[in-house]
Amino acid sequence: MTVLLEVSGLVRRFGGLVAVNGLSFTVGSSEILGLIGPNGSGKTTALNLLSGALKPDAGDIRLRGRPVAGLSPDRIARLGVARTFQLVRVLPSLDARENVLAGLAFRADPLWGEAADREVSHLLQRVGLGGRGHQRSAELTYIDQKRLELARALALAPKLLLLDEWLAGLNPSELQDGIGLIQSLRREGLSIVLVEHVMDAIRTLCDRCIVMNAGSVLAEGAPDAVLSDPQVVHAYLGDPDA
Amino acid sequence: MKGVPLALVVAAMGALALVPFLGTGYHLALAIGILNNLVLATAWALFSGPTRYVSLATAAFFGIGSYAAAGLGEALPWPVLLAVALVLGAAMALVVGLSTLRLSGIYFVIFTFGLSELIRQLVTWWEVNVSRSVGRYIFLDVTQEGIFWQLFGLAALVFLVGWLIGRSRLGLALRVVGDDELVARHCGINVTGAKLLLFAVSAAFMTLAGAIMAPRWTYLDPSIAFNPVISFQALIMALLGGAGRLWGPLLGVVPLTLLFEVLGANFPNAFSILLGLVFMAIVYAVPNGIAGWFEGAWPRAVRLLPQKAVR
Ligand SMILES: Nc1ncnc2c1ncn2[C@@H]1O[C@H](COP(=O)(O)OP(=O)(O)OP(=O)(O)O)[C@@H](O)[C@H]1O
Ligand SMILES: [Mg+2]
Repeated sequence: MTVLLEVSGLVRRFGGLVAVNGLSFTVGSSEILGLIGPNGSGKTTALNLLSGALKPDAGDIRLRGRPVAGLSPDRIARLGVARTFQLVRVLPSLDARENVLAGLAFRADPLWGEAADREVSHLLQRVGLGGRGHQRSAELTYIDQKRLELARALALAPKLLLLDEWLAGLNPSELQDGIGLIQSLRREGLSIVLVEHVMDAIRTLCDRCIVMNAGSVLAEGAPDAVLSDPQVVHAYLGDPDA
Repeated sequence: MKGVPLALVVAAMGALALVPFLGTGYHLALAIGILNNLVLATAWALFSGPTRYVSLATAAFFGIGSYAAAGLGEALPWPVLLAVALVLGAAMALVVGLSTLRLSGIYFVIFTFGLSELIRQLVTWWEVNVSRSVGRYIFLDVTQEGIFWQLFGLAALVFLVGWLIGRSRLGLALRVVGDDELVARHCGINVTGAKLLLFAVSAAFMTLAGAIMAPRWTYLDPSIAFNPVISFQALIMALLGGAGRLWGPLLGVVPLTLLFEVLGANFPNAFSILLGLVFMAIVYAVPNGIAGWFEGAWPRAVRLLPQKAVR
């Protein structure tokens, strides 16, 4: 398995708080890496650093060997990194089709016109929004907005996809669909960093996972091993008598 | 721009085109005022509508165009002068944009206002210390009708360029930026580049309007060419009409140009106060502009029709 993403010694401070503190890991191609940890442990900050939304204070990020730490988010997006947001962010005044088109039109090999229209339909179909293209995205339900956000991310034809609690809030049957969709993405060769609190999804999807606590890596390994690690249980649940 | 909006623009431009043939000199002067405001307000909305950056630099670009005409009008053939004005305006927008478009909302407003004033002071300083006069006389051989048709062509060009941008990737980029700048960046959009490009296009139109209008005043000084009222008027007209649509400002320009004409003629001393009151009334009563109100009212009015027909 070739290494797609290589992160080493990543640090990000907010004032006195060290939100990410010496984070290092790698992601192989077609690998799903779980990034888990209690609230406030720095998962979203880590994704923000990977996608360029935040600049690291220290550390190195390499995408296929190429250093990308500190590049602007649009450069990183054009290099093949797409993301969704923990608090869903659709483009509210645009309709669903235009939301997806936004992902197609500005990537490194942009699509526009008829080819783009076809791809938009295909992507909407794929996330379960077929036929809803002309609905204004602000009017979609929360779940459909999440689907739309994923379609927009996929429109970039990314090599690396960063999902921030994309499965949160889905009902059991939606969750099954969501997991199936993510699996199919991996089969197509996409690498995914999956920030998630839904443990079933972690177990089913992840090849490896990293547990963060207070900005640092607490444990790393196969999901089952990691999730039964007493240290991890302690970080999630606190002291038994607390 | 299709259906009703297109018909609206064509009808308005068609009606204006009749003025030189059917109207009096006074009507022609009014039509020139309308066209000038139409160019300025539409060009303003071209940039400020989608990006939601409120620019008060309209007077700066307009003034530079006017001074280009006043300073070089006799030395250069007119088409060359217009080209020079266009390049000057766009170049200045690029310089200003590079230094300011990273600023957010309120700082941008203040910066653009300060910039206009700074340029006015610089031009005044130059005129007093280098040219050794406060104002300039402009003797260019252009008739009122000549000015009218140039502005008419410029207005048509604003609509054409705006329409083309709206259909282009740049147009989509700006709408995405207007909705959510961070998402835009994560979609691969070079946000600063897109804003910069549009700011330059918008500024070029404003500068051209200034150059074309200059011969109307036989006497030009910095307080005329760089009058901050120009900036506020463009903004207020675009907001009244609706800055989110290409055809929106048109709906604000026509009534307000006429209103300001009446106010200016009857209450010249209270004009600024009245301008402020009109501004407040508009923001309060039609926050989405006439175009927004119209688009909201239209589906309401035809709610009984099948969904498809509405869109
Ligand atoms: N922009 C910011 N400014 C200041 N502090 C921040 C900022 N973003 C995050 N933080 C802080 O950094 C820490 C890590 O936050 P982060 O959002 O990365 O956690 P998380 O692991 O994603 O948590 P959750 O599971 O709740 O989403 C928190 O203490 C948070 O308050
Ligand atoms: Mg988070």
